[in-house]
Amino acid sequence: MNTTHTVFPQPPEWPAEGNSRIPFWAYTRDDLHRKELDRLFYNGHWCYVGLEAEIPQPGDFRRTVIGERSVIMVRDTDGSINVVENLCAHRGLRFCRERHGKRKDFFCPYHQWNYSLKGDLQGVPFRRGVKQDGKDNGGMPKDFKLEDHGLTRLKVATRGGVVFASFDHEVESLEDFLGPTILFYFDRVFNGRKLKVLGYRRQRIPGNWKLMQENIKDPYHPGLLHTWFSTFGLWRADNKSELKMDAHFRHAAMISTRGQGGKNEDVVGGVDSFKEAMQVNDPRLLDIVPEPWWGGPTAVMTTIFPSVIIQQQVNSVSTRHIQPNGHGSFDFVWTHFGFEDDSPEMEQRRLIQANLFGPAGFVSADDGEVIEWSQEGFEQKPAHRSVIEMGGHDIGDTDHMVTETLIRGMYAYWRKVMGE
Amino acid sequence: MIDFKTYFELLNLYSDYAMVCDSAEWEKWPEFFIEDGCYRLQPRENHDSGLPLCLLALESKAMIRDRVYGVKETMYHDPYYQRHVVGTPRVISVARDLYGERIVSEANYVVIRTKLDGESTVYNAGYYHDEIVRTPEGLKLRSRLCVYDTEMIANSIIYPI
Repeated sequence: MNTTHTVFPQPPEWPAEGNSRIPFWAYTRDDLHRKELDRLFYNGHWCYVGLEAEIPQPGDFRRTVIGERSVIMVRDTDGSINVVENLCAHRGLRFCRERHGKRKDFFCPYHQWNYSLKGDLQGVPFRRGVKQDGKDNGGMPKDFKLEDHGLTRLKVATRGGVVFASFDHEVESLEDFLGPTILFYFDRVFNGRKLKVLGYRRQRIPGNWKLMQENIKDPYHPGLLHTWFSTFGLWRADNKSELKMDAHFRHAAMISTRGQGGKNEDVVGGVDSFKEAMQVNDPRLLDIVPEPWWGGPTAVMTTIFPSVIIQQQVNSVSTRHIQPNGHGSFDFVWTHFGFEDDSPEMEQRRLIQANLFGPAGFVSADDGEVIEWSQEGFEQKPAHRSVIEMGGHDIGDTDHMVTETLIRGMYAYWRKVMGE
Repeated sequence: MIDFKTYFELLNLYSDYAMVCDSAEWEKWPEFFIEDGCYRLQPRENHDSGLPLCLLALESKAMIRDRVYGVKETMYHDPYYQRHVVGTPRVISVARDLYGERIVSEANYVVIRTKLDGESTVYNAGYYHDEIVRTPEGLKLRSRLCVYDTEMIANSIIYPI
C-alpha cells in the first residue's frame, strides 16, 4: 500500500466545499489551460481586441491577441472593422510583424500570398505555372480556389468605440453576452464620445491569467494591500459601494464612491498599509475633478470575462487586456485613453493620475507582485486550495465590499463551462 | 560646445545618479533635480508614436519625493538589486539663456535586475534624454526622460531608473 504523502493532486477533484474553495491545480495544469483557451477564449465568448480610435482611417491596422492567437484588427475601405487571424493560409506563418501601420492589403513575405483587408486571398505567385522552353512548369492544380484559402475571419462587434471579436460565429450578440447590468456600466464609460488614446503600458506577469480577473473581482484587498487607497479613502471597506454581476456571474462591476479617508479604527486599525500622517508633496497626484458622466460613483472596475478589465478610477480610465501565455504567465496590456472633448487640463490630470496605475503604479505594481507570489505558492503545493469565504459561501450582488462573492461567482461559471 | 571641466561635471552627474539608484539611497535621488524638475519613464512605442502616456511621469521634485516615499513605505514588492550601466553622454546642444547654461544630452543605459533567489537579467534598456542646468550646487536635472526599449516590463518597476 502506498502511504507516501503527496502535494500533487491524484486525481484532481474539486473540493467538497464548492465555490468557496479554489484548488491550486486550477492554475497549474497545461491541459486545463488549453481547455480554457478553447472554451473561454476561442468559443462562446467575445474577446476584447482594441479601440476604434486606434485605427481611425481605412487601411489602419493594429496587431493584437485573443487568448494565445495573434489577430489583426483593421479598418476596411468602407470604414467597417475586420478582425482576421494573423496566420498565413499557405504555410501558417504569423506574417504580420509590425504592431500597427497602414496597408492596402496584407501579404506573407515567404511566398508572397496576398490578402485583402477582409482576409480574402487575392493571388498566389506562379498560380498558372511558369512558362519555359514552350512548356508550363508547375502551378497550382486546376481545382485550387482562392476563396478556399483566405485568412480566418472573426465575428466583430463594436460598441461605444470598443472592438470585440470572436472566432465563434455562433456566439450570442455582444449585448446579450454582457447582459443589461454590465452593459449599463460599459455604456457609462463608452457613451458615444470619441476616445483619444493616450498610450500603452505592457507587463508580463508570471501568474495564471485568471488571477488578474480575480484581483479585480476582489474588493477585499484594495484597502489593505494599497496604501494609497486606504490612506486617501479612494477604495476601502467604509466606502459606499456595490458589487454587481451578470446573470451567469462571469462579468462583474465593482462600484465605489470615495470616502473621506483618515482614521476609522474599524477599517484601518492594525492595517500595515495605512499611513495616518501621509500627505502627498505634490497635490496634483490627487487632484480629482468629478466628471458628469460618473453619475455618482468615483470608481467602477468592470471585469469582462475572460479578456478585459475596464478601469475608471477617478479621472484615470483604461482598458486592461489579458493575453495568456501558458498556464503560468500572461501579458497585461494597458491602453489609457481620454476623450476628444477633454480640456488640456483634464488630459494632463488623467496622465498624472496614471502614476497610480500600471506596472510601476503606486497602486497597481503591487497587484502584479502578489499575483506572482500566488502562482509560486500554487506550483509549490498544487493539491492545496485557497479559501474564498469572505462574505459567506453564497453568490449574489451586494451593497458593500467586504466579500469575495464575485470570485465565487466566476468559479461557478468557470466550473460549468469547463466541466470541472 | 562645452569645455572639459563642464564635461567632467556632466560625467559625474551621470555616474553619481547611477550609483544612487543602485545603492538604494532613495532619499538622494530627488536631489539630482531642480525644484520644478521632472522625471519621466516612457515606453519607446509611446514616445515614437507621439503618445503622451508614460509609465511614470513625475512632474516636480515634490512628486519625485512622493515616489521615494512610495518605494520606501507604501509599495509591497519583491526585493531586488539593480545595477545601471550607463554609456558616455553625448552632448546634443548647449545654450546660455535667461536661466544660465543649459545642456541637452543623451546616454544609453541598461539596468540589470537581480532578485534574491534568481539570476541577473536585463531589466530595462533604453536611453536618457536630459536637460541639465547649472545651479549653485552644481549641475542638476531639469528633466530626465528615460525612453525604454524593454516595453514588456518584467512584471513591475519599483525603483528609479
